[in-house]
Amino acid sequence: MRHVYGWLLLTPAAILLVAFTHYPAAATFIDSFFSTGTAVRPSRFVGFANYASLADDPIFWQVLSNNFWFALGTIPTAIALALVMALWVNDRLPARALVRMAYFTPTVLPMIAVANIWLFFYTPQIGLLDQVGAMFGVPSRNWLGDPDSVLASTMAMVVWKEAGFFMIFYLAALQSLPPELEEAAKIEGASRWYFFWRVTFPLLMPTTLFVLVNATINSFKLVDHLFILTKGGPDNASSLLLYYIYQVAFSYFDTAYASTLTVVLLALLAGFAVLQFLLIEKRVHYR
Amino acid sequence: MTFLRTRIPLLETGAAWLLALLWLAPLAYAFWAAFHPAELATHFKLFAPLTLDNFAKAWTYAPFPRHFLNTIILVTMILSAQFVLCTLAGYAFARFEFAGRDIAFGLVLVQLMVMPEVLIVENYRIMSRLGLVDTILGIGLPYMASAFGIFLLRQTFKTVPRELEDAARVEGCTFIGVLWRVYVPLARPTYLAYGLVSVSYHWNNFLWPLVITNSVETRPLTVGLAIFGAPESGVDWAVISAGTLMAVAPLLVAFLLFQRQFIQSFMQAGIK
Repeated sequence: MRHVYGWLLLTPAAILLVAFTHYPAAATFIDSFFSTGTAVRPSRFVGFANYASLADDPIFWQVLSNNFWFALGTIPTAIALALVMALWVNDRLPARALVRMAYFTPTVLPMIAVANIWLFFYTPQIGLLDQVGAMFGVPSRNWLGDPDSVLASTMAMVVWKEAGFFMIFYLAALQSLPPELEEAAKIEGASRWYFFWRVTFPLLMPTTLFVLVNATINSFKLVDHLFILTKGGPDNASSLLLYYIYQVAFSYFDTAYASTLTVVLLALLAGFAVLQFLLIEKRVHYR
Repeated sequence: MTFLRTRIPLLETGAAWLLALLWLAPLAYAFWAAFHPAELATHFKLFAPLTLDNFAKAWTYAPFPRHFLNTIILVTMILSAQFVLCTLAGYAFARFEFAGRDIAFGLVLVQLMVMPEVLIVENYRIMSRLGLVDTILGIGLPYMASAFGIFLLRQTFKTVPRELEDAARVEGCTFIGVLWRVYVPLARPTYLAYGLVSVSYHWNNFLWPLVITNSVETRPLTVGLAIFGAPESGVDWAVISAGTLMAVAPLLVAFLLFQRQFIQSFMQAGIK
């Protein structure tokens, strides 16, 4: 009887999960082996042709490498900042609640709103960045119009947006550390610096790994800002894989190729999922 | 030694505050631009006259009331469906032994990685087959069976002592009765935590709503704001700032009022 009840309770959620996660994932994979159908030419099986054009597509390689640099540029910085923030906010800091609020606020704002505000900072001449620069005699710069600076500009904004969110995980971990450790260290006369590197940081390692994997997964989903700031430009210099998928599917209407690109994204996410599974296993053993 | 100990934190306190100011600066700037006449958006004068004109303009330039209504319908619909579906599924995983349970749970967790926004191409096709393109239901449907919610509730339900359930069953409660009278009340903090995380997520969500909607009647705030703020629309900075602030205001105000609750909820949801 409990078998039946178990499945009955699960059914409503299972139907929706299959319909909007498992089925579309499988269909994406199948579609990547077919051509995009048009009114005159229906979709047909093309084998690996879509993958061949993917390998030859310079934009694909560019957005993939952008994604790589985007992850490398935002994640370590955001995590380091998050850790420092958490340590500060966890200590007896004056106006602690206010500081914590300031760090966390970007997390509750939508990326679209954030990008609207930051767009102004980067506007040449009248933008805040150039105005501050002008005070120090720095020449004006088209931050978002220059392929050399556009990706870094979006990364700065993402670090600002994400650090406070990661801080939360560290804060939770710090509060679960036994206070005796710090007392013992004080009695031994260990400096704060020594205590951090020898005790706190190693004990926070599971949290760091957890945040690292989640941040990496997240970095492949963060594309909202591109719609406001750059539209992927100039010359795809700031575009990311998911944004390119959106463009291919809904601007160029090449759904088969978009599916092929999605397969690559799914494969990457699956890779990180396996990684996370292994790391979380480790975390369980650790406790 | 004591000298050193008090000095380092002082320096650090300064750094912590400076970082806090830096973190608030973009929002502070948006406030400055929104409450001052447009020509002052780029010139900073301390005693510039304040105005509410930008808000009035933003309110009329774009169908904000409609976007607000859509977002409110959307987050309410998603959250109530999530509560029901995730409660039932979480209960099944926590307290029932059934064939294929572990495999099913593994399949549920897949959604933690493969969120609906990754599958925009295929999900759009499914929605058009279902005739749900450009409907609020179409925006919400893929998110209703949330793996994250199922996981959180399963973890919470597992901590409920079996004795409570047994006692309720002796009193003549059915399965659903036990769930409703024992499990759900005990999981209230989890519902609150999950609710806050879910509402913030869907209030701010953009890519999937953008893909699946194409009319004012269904577009949520984020999509409306993106269209409104586009450089092509020719609206000036002050008005864009005002519109942006209006769109984030409800969530921001809620966050400032219930700050502790928000941070604790995100923390609670994060550890599990």
